[in-house]
Amino acid sequence: MALSNILETPAAGFNFDNAARNASLEGRLEGGQTPKPLKTGTTIAGVVFKDGVVLGADTRATSGEVVADKMCAKIHYIAPNIYCCGAGTAADTEKTTDLLASNLAIFSLNSGRNPRVVMAVNILQDMLYRYHGQIGANLILGGADCTGNHLYSVGPYGSVNKVPYLTMGSGDLAALGILEDGFRPDLELEKAKELVRLAIHAGIMSDLGSGNNVDICVITKEGADYIRPYQESEYKDDRKMKYRYRPGTTPVLTEKIVPLKLEVVQETVQQMDTA
Amino acid sequence: MLSTHTFGDPGKMKDYHYTGPAEHRFSPYAFNGGTVLAVAGEDFAIVASDTRLSEGYSIHSRDSPKCYKLTDTTVIGCSGFHGDCLTLTKIIDARLKMYKHSNNKTMTSGAIAAMLSTILYGRRFFPYYVYNIIGGLDEEGKGAVYSFDPVGSYQRDTYKAGGSASAMLQPLLDNQIGFKNMEGVQHVPLTKDKAVQLVKDVFISAAERDVYTGDALRICVVTKEGIDEQTVPLRKD
Repeated sequence: MALSNILETPAAGFNFDNAARNASLEGRLEGGQTPKPLKTGTTIAGVVFKDGVVLGADTRATSGEVVADKMCAKIHYIAPNIYCCGAGTAADTEKTTDLLASNLAIFSLNSGRNPRVVMAVNILQDMLYRYHGQIGANLILGGADCTGNHLYSVGPYGSVNKVPYLTMGSGDLAALGILEDGFRPDLELEKAKELVRLAIHAGIMSDLGSGNNVDICVITKEGADYIRPYQESEYKDDRKMKYRYRPGTTPVLTEKIVPLKLEVVQETVQQMDTA
Repeated sequence: MLSTHTFGDPGKMKDYHYTGPAEHRFSPYAFNGGTVLAVAGEDFAIVASDTRLSEGYSIHSRDSPKCYKLTDTTVIGCSGFHGDCLTLTKIIDARLKMYKHSNNKTMTSGAIAAMLSTILYGRRFFPYYVYNIIGGLDEEGKGAVYSFDPVGSYQRDTYKAGGSASAMLQPLLDNQIGFKNMEGVQHVPLTKDKAVQLVKDVFISAAERDVYTGDALRICVVTKEGIDEQTVPLRKD
């Protein structure tokens, strides 16, 4: 049974079991041949407004210079009132936020309370610092809890910033320019959404690692509204010619049919619970 | 272009990366992205390139085409390190003028290709970081494409893609123009309009998946009437 790690104290000190192995593998494979982790090369932004927090992200995931995913979801669910945008290595942001979500769910069930944003931040900071930057996750956490509306950024080495507006990822400077110009304290909802949309759009246009659509998540004390996509990319691929292949274009060289001999002994039907 | 990283040497400036300290040496090259494509037909040649100039994750310019007109019947596409592209095209222009003045005729596409090969090999030990493709009409008026590597090895092709998205485009061209990996398909000779449409479609695909390709597409169609240029918009993100 998997117990939450907040019930048992994590091992003291750094855990570098695999770091030495990874370094020697890299050397053995003559540099450049190690599989490149999928990085999200991203623009993510967050803004605290009058009634809550707005988070925004682009949807392009790159693997080197190739776009691996044009509709990747970078805003991750942590709790009904807390969402997290992730930039950096895609696997790291996915797994870290999943682990965080599981731990907070267990906490909620154990204590009967809604999780607070500051708890999520502390768990993340703890874990990322323990791995000394080996986990490449740059996260923007936003949520609305009983103490108010909060926005935090957590870096891969475990650093935390608590600010009213934030951007991260490779397009952070382009987006930050828009936020620095347009941010005011206590914005209205529509203005806040528009500001975040413009910030992500600036990242998409100026940064090669960001692109495609804009996702937005609005979190208030009533709940979260995850709008995906908030703005579709205006660039449609309008190829004029059709590139279809007739059946038979690929030649069949040999064919081998292996019949599966099955005897029906007993047949039962179990309804799937689709409620 | 990636500069060489070396570890160690106390006293040198160290840049801490998550894998450990890394020493950066000055690299004389940079990779400015861009994709070039050339197709040769029966009596025409097409040279196309995107117009984005980038470095790292930033964009320097959205309007920097990589096709350069050399003569009335030849166009060259150069992608790679922009500094070397500019210098190389200046050198080729100067050599063309010199040839014209001493021989009283314009260089043919084949001659330009041979000359470019020697120019590139002349810098064998500090190469021009440029991927060149020449497209034009040969002496008989048929379409010709010559593709080069950075140190001057070249060959005449029917179609070739070079630059950052070349690995994505080349297999598609092999299939659609060379009819490779297909059976029972009519080998219809390529018309100029179909070739231009194919080039546009293929660049739209490249812009979807290659971050260095986009903004706009410049197509130069070379026929005996002259060189016709068109610009088509591509994704800007």
